[in-house]
Amino acid sequence: MKFVRRLPIIKQLRQSVGLQRGMLIAGLIITGIFIVAAIFAPLLAPYGFAQLRDGNHLFGAQQPPSAAHPWGTTVGGFDVLSRVIWGSQTALGVIVVAVILSIFAGIFLGLVSGYLGGWLDRVLVVICDAIYAFPSLLLAIVMSIVISGGQSSLLGGIFAAAISITVVFIPQYFRVIRAEAVRIKAEAYVESAKVIGASSPRIMFRHVLRNSTRTLPLIFTLNCSEAILTLAGLGFLGFGIEPTAAAEWGFDLNKAISDVTSGIWWTALYPGLAIVLTVLGMTLVGESLNDLADPRLRGRRAVAETAGDVGDVSVVPGGALTAGPGGLEGLEDGESFDEHGIEVRS
Amino acid sequence: MSSAGTDKVVDIRRLGVSFATDAGTVRAVDGVSLSVGRGEVVAIVGESGSGKTVTAKTILGLLPETARASGTVVLRGSGNPDGVDVVTLGKKGMRAVRGRDVSMVFQEPSAALNPVYPVGWQIAEGLRAHGKYSKKAAKAKAIDILRRVGIPDPETRVDYYPHQFSGGQKQRVIIAMALVLDPGLIVADEPTTALDVTVQAEILDLLRRCRDEFGASIVLITHNMGVVADLADRVVVMYQGKVVEEASATDLFAHPQNAYTKALLAAVPHVGQGRARTRQRATQRAAEWAEQAPVVMASDLRIQYPGRLGKQGFVAVDGVSFQIRQGEVLGLVGESGSGKTTIGRAIAGLTRVTGGSLKVLGNEMNGVSERRFRGVRGQIGFVFQDPGSSFNPLLTIAECVAEPLIVHGRAGDAAAARSRVNDLLEAVQLPKAYGDRFPHELSGGQRQRASLARALSLEPDLLIADEPTSALDVSVQARVLELFAQLQREFGFAALFISHDLAVVDLLADRIAVLYKGKLVEDGTGEEVLGAPKDPYTQRLLASLPVPDPVEQAKRREVLHALAASGAEGESA
Repeated sequence: MKFVRRLPIIKQLRQSVGLQRGMLIAGLIITGIFIVAAIFAPLLAPYGFAQLRDGNHLFGAQQPPSAAHPWGTTVGGFDVLSRVIWGSQTALGVIVVAVILSIFAGIFLGLVSGYLGGWLDRVLVVICDAIYAFPSLLLAIVMSIVISGGQSSLLGGIFAAAISITVVFIPQYFRVIRAEAVRIKAEAYVESAKVIGASSPRIMFRHVLRNSTRTLPLIFTLNCSEAILTLAGLGFLGFGIEPTAAAEWGFDLNKAISDVTSGIWWTALYPGLAIVLTVLGMTLVGESLNDLADPRLRGRRAVAETAGDVGDVSVVPGGALTAGPGGLEGLEDGESFDEHGIEVRS
Repeated sequence: MSSAGTDKVVDIRRLGVSFATDAGTVRAVDGVSLSVGRGEVVAIVGESGSGKTVTAKTILGLLPETARASGTVVLRGSGNPDGVDVVTLGKKGMRAVRGRDVSMVFQEPSAALNPVYPVGWQIAEGLRAHGKYSKKAAKAKAIDILRRVGIPDPETRVDYYPHQFSGGQKQRVIIAMALVLDPGLIVADEPTTALDVTVQAEILDLLRRCRDEFGASIVLITHNMGVVADLADRVVVMYQGKVVEEASATDLFAHPQNAYTKALLAAVPHVGQGRARTRQRATQRAAEWAEQAPVVMASDLRIQYPGRLGKQGFVAVDGVSFQIRQGEVLGLVGESGSGKTTIGRAIAGLTRVTGGSLKVLGNEMNGVSERRFRGVRGQIGFVFQDPGSSFNPLLTIAECVAEPLIVHGRAGDAAAARSRVNDLLEAVQLPKAYGDRFPHELSGGQRQRASLARALSLEPDLLIADEPTSALDVSVQARVLELFAQLQREFGFAALFISHDLAVVDLLADRIAVLYKGKLVEDGTGEEVLGAPKDPYTQRLLASLPVPDPVEQAKRREVLHALAASGAEGESA
């Protein structure tokens, strides 16, 4: 039970109060729905993402919402509800690939660069600064052309989006971990490990890395939402995945442009909502994790009229040398002093 | 003091303050009542967590948003002669009171001044907040107040930026800012803790003048009993959020009533306490001891930090020679910037030696490579100043103490090292069960003892302790020092004990070396250096150290003034 309470999100959930808790819970629910929809898409969706007919009966193009098609059908004759649900699977795929590709490389480079410093650090920082100057969507377009000549299959589309995200996000992970590593490098416990004679890799991974992961949840959620937006942007610009290869929200939005002016609202509304809500959910989680990680931003319950216990102080009352760790009566249960004045358990 | 009963500047009644924390509500101050008369210096003493700072901050309404106060704090000043309760006062009313009726002197003078504005501007800012002043009038007032707090050449210096002043002068500027509106009350929160002991004496003189010349009452918050003895008229002792004793300074030091006060006073180290022990140790040594190869030998040691491009580097240690023989404790004393920490770090291989020779356990440190020195590291233990940050917060105490054993191949992992770790924890008087706790779950003194256990885990020949007790409260400090002496007797390691506190060093060291601006000015046994100091700097250092006895301290003050006067004559001659 104690272990469960120390898990990342559960710990923050227990810490939070008021509006911050509301934000975190809302974000978690939205993100949860998204992940469930992606995993169970084959069970949840009434039709396949590329299905045009039920038996011999065609769905028909741009049908308004009805019992058979609760969110109507698209201009290409697909079921909107099914494509929105299947679309979450594609989005999740991009997120997983993008995060896996960028998180390990970014953290490793940041750690090495921050801890070792020197010329390696300078070169890596300059490269990362240069990448910041590059628009990520342009990079994504180039990637999709390189990978599959612009006409994307499912994997091609996923990788085009994921790799362009990776290129932009490695520097972000790099920056965050590097800054923390530089800070932690000066901490006394790193010096004390050095004095002991520990090797650099041991110090880096045992002492520095584990203490520098505080801001990772925030970057992680930003990374996820950025991945979805890039995928949708690619699809909207026409570099997306073919409708027969996979469902993709950006592509559907692109096809719905002309519908909007002719009063067909359902083809654009639902994929658009899906994108907005998914990104919103992840951003809410990220923002509240960030606020909760910082004691100055963390909200607390108001105090009742001078309530509470008097805080423990580092003082040994009534004489310094004969008392236990918690003061005169503060020995742990069943302990006493032996003849050398050392606490023993009797 | 005679007017204290009728003419109270501040009157605190049944004050309680609680904080919301992650661990639930914590009560920091619990039913405190005290008052300060006009022209009176009241010291609030207590150890960390006793609620003394929170009490003082309540007077200025400086509590954070997570705090909640009850009771009354009635403040009387030029603005409200009938008194106003600051606990219930709104933000606007509080702003009017601050600076005019009560002002504050902070602990860290360099942090309390804004580095991008000249000090004159910062003094004038306080004036402008409380009335209309023309630029010229404000500046004239700033110059005047700077002169009165003893800043030389204030007409020029009023336009200086904070970094152009020394630490002691910065504290003078802070005091000038506090005095400029002539408030009836000054709250001084550890005003001399961040300062060197010779500068501390000057600032205490200035605070005394604040009372005598400006007629201000002072609430002095400190943990240093010597400072209390020097300055305070009346003393309030706080413990765990409550007032445990209140008496005039002479009474309190002569006849403490409360058990806690007695323990607190007994724990304060005095110069001269360690002399008998040192003499005894010296006589017990074998005759050939002096001929043995020393553990550390520095000759003409020079350490220079690299400067910025094209600029000369800073010389931290300049031509220092000393040696530490086997089983000997060398105390290294000096003020901030004297190079004492640099020497300790150089011996541990953390700072590069740039000149002269430093031999550590037979290895020449000038030009040593990290790879060759790594093997020697097992024979050197290091205890850091801040017990809070010298442990990896994500590892348990047992894992931290086991680190040296694992790194040097004496144990495979933390579990295998556990029985040895338990022995070590027992040696430093910590229960075995504490091995499973995380560093933040231990108090400062316990952490420092665990730190000693880690340093001793490989049974080193040499232990370097860099200000191991300066972050601890006095009673905890006494216990750690006692433990240190005991362990040194048992393990017999040689030690370099670095401290700014003469009394602490005297307690433990066989020999004392005094550093001043990177140079070794005096070197000898405690009896020689502290009993009959030859160097004028050592004399001044010794005279500046306040003792926890008001009568004795008044005499010492005269000596220091005489010393300062003769020093000034000597310099001008």
